Amino acid sequence: MATADPPQSAGFRPGRRWINLLLGSGVVASIASFIYPAIRYIIPPVVGESPSRSVVAAKVAELKRNTGKIFKFGSRPALLVRTADGEFKAYSAVCTHLNCTVQYREDLRQIWCACHNGLYDLEGRNVSGPPPRPLETFKVNVQGEDVVVTRSA
Amino acid sequence: MASLYRQILNWLDERFGAGAVEDFLRHKTVPIHRHTIWYYFGGMTLFLFVIQVLTGILLLLYYRPTPDDAFESVQHIMTQVRFGWLIRSVHSWSANLMIFTAFVHMFSVYFLKGYRKPRELTWITGMLLFFVLLGFGFSGYLLPWNTLAFFATKVGTEMAGAIPVLGKWLLVFLRGGEEVTGATLTRFFGFHVAVLPGLATVLLAMHLLLVQHLGMSVPPGVERATAEGRATARVMPFFPNFLLRDIIGWYVALGVLGALAAIFPWELGTKADLFAPAPAGIRPEWYFLFMFQTLKLLPARIFFLEGELVGLLGFSLAAAIWVVVPFLDYRAGFGRVTRFFTGLGIFALGFIVAMSFLALW
Repeated sequence: MATADPPQSAGFRPGRRWINLLLGSGVVASIASFIYPAIRYIIPPVVGESPSRSVVAAKVAELKRNTGKIFKFGSRPALLVRTADGEFKAYSAVCTHLNCTVQYREDLRQIWCACHNGLYDLEGRNVSGPPPRPLETFKVNVQGEDVVVTRSA
Repeated sequence: MASLYRQILNWLDERFGAGAVEDFLRHKTVPIHRHTIWYYFGGMTLFLFVIQVLTGILLLLYYRPTPDDAFESVQHIMTQVRFGWLIRSVHSWSANLMIFTAFVHMFSVYFLKGYRKPRELTWITGMLLFFVLLGFGFSGYLLPWNTLAFFATKVGTEMAGAIPVLGKWLLVFLRGGEEVTGATLTRFFGFHVAVLPGLATVLLAMHLLLVQHLGMSVPPGVERATAEGRATARVMPFFPNFLLRDIIGWYVALGVLGALAAIFPWELGTKADLFAPAPAGIRPEWYFLFMFQTLKLLPARIFFLEGELVGLLGFSLAAAIWVVVPFLDYRAGFGRVTRFFTGLGIFALGFIVAMSFLALW
């Protein structure tokens, strides 16, 4: 009873192994080909940033001394500050800690992030709180009435 | 009346064995001892979850998930739609109470060692459900598209981005791009109303089946007292005795929800402006406050690592330990209480409470 295997089945075994391997890898490959597009679909396509390297951030008359203004620079917010001395300075307004938008604090004469109490000085250096790096700074030129901010190369 | 009920039951029984369902329900008993009160919190969390599903479906009738419309549509629900304020406020209040009862449920199971053998999988499915609830909270918070939610989402997703190796990918996946934009809102809406409900349903079914199959856990102290003859083991049937008590609790909860919604309607805030500075006094939902406060206190650099990364790794490690605690505290499976794990629980609870209060000061 125990030896009732049909005699030809022994001869079929290597063939069956091959068939299993081929079927198995075929199934795995087809599943991979179903999943791959889905994973690529999940990651959004990169939208090109605005090519302009400079922007008119404000009019000269718009900003009093010791005030700041958020302006749109490409797809991100940036900060224009007119210091107490009347000098214009521009920074990225994205806090280097966790991505919040910073603001100019007239009382402290420093740049402050409300989210986790980070402080930067007027050179953009992180001076207190959790920010790990200074803010990116931009070049500022006054052209007539316009304050033009340019990303350095 | 009773005979009609019997007749219907018999009719169903002949077709699919309804008697088996009744047996299944009657199989579970609830132990009665001085810690029985904690058994109510799982059911309460489940009840509030059902409220979330129902009010969530109602909100879907009017909500529009685009950056131009989201804020206005919630405003429309709150001011124009009849009882819209009630539905939306109940949804928000119930969400917060649900997270709270889930916290209570989790910590009571932890301290009463409800996770020990053979209930490891019940604990793990429960923890996964808890993470899903936090996901619901985080994704739902953004949907009204107000200023607070916008910055909370920026910070939360930025933290995900700080994870080594996978972080960048995860950040783009969550935000639907490099920045928090309308694409993020669309994604979070999808997570909130499709992905997470699907996950929650599967996990909830597993969790409840395991509870039903294994029965309620008896704390080691009570077990020992019974074994030594200092106490007698008493139980009550889950169905209908305990369930009726549950229902009284749910009925009261419904009243509390209605009262909270009427007296303290949920605020809407101001519409998110992508190019405005973060407002002063910004903070996340209360159940994320302890993480928020920790991040605020950590210095910019700890040795050679960024402070936020250290905080994030710390929280991830703590969460991982918490999930696998049934396997670390395997001695509890033999009824032995290890002081270390009780102490760990007290520390975790103390840390969460202290940091949350510190954030509110």
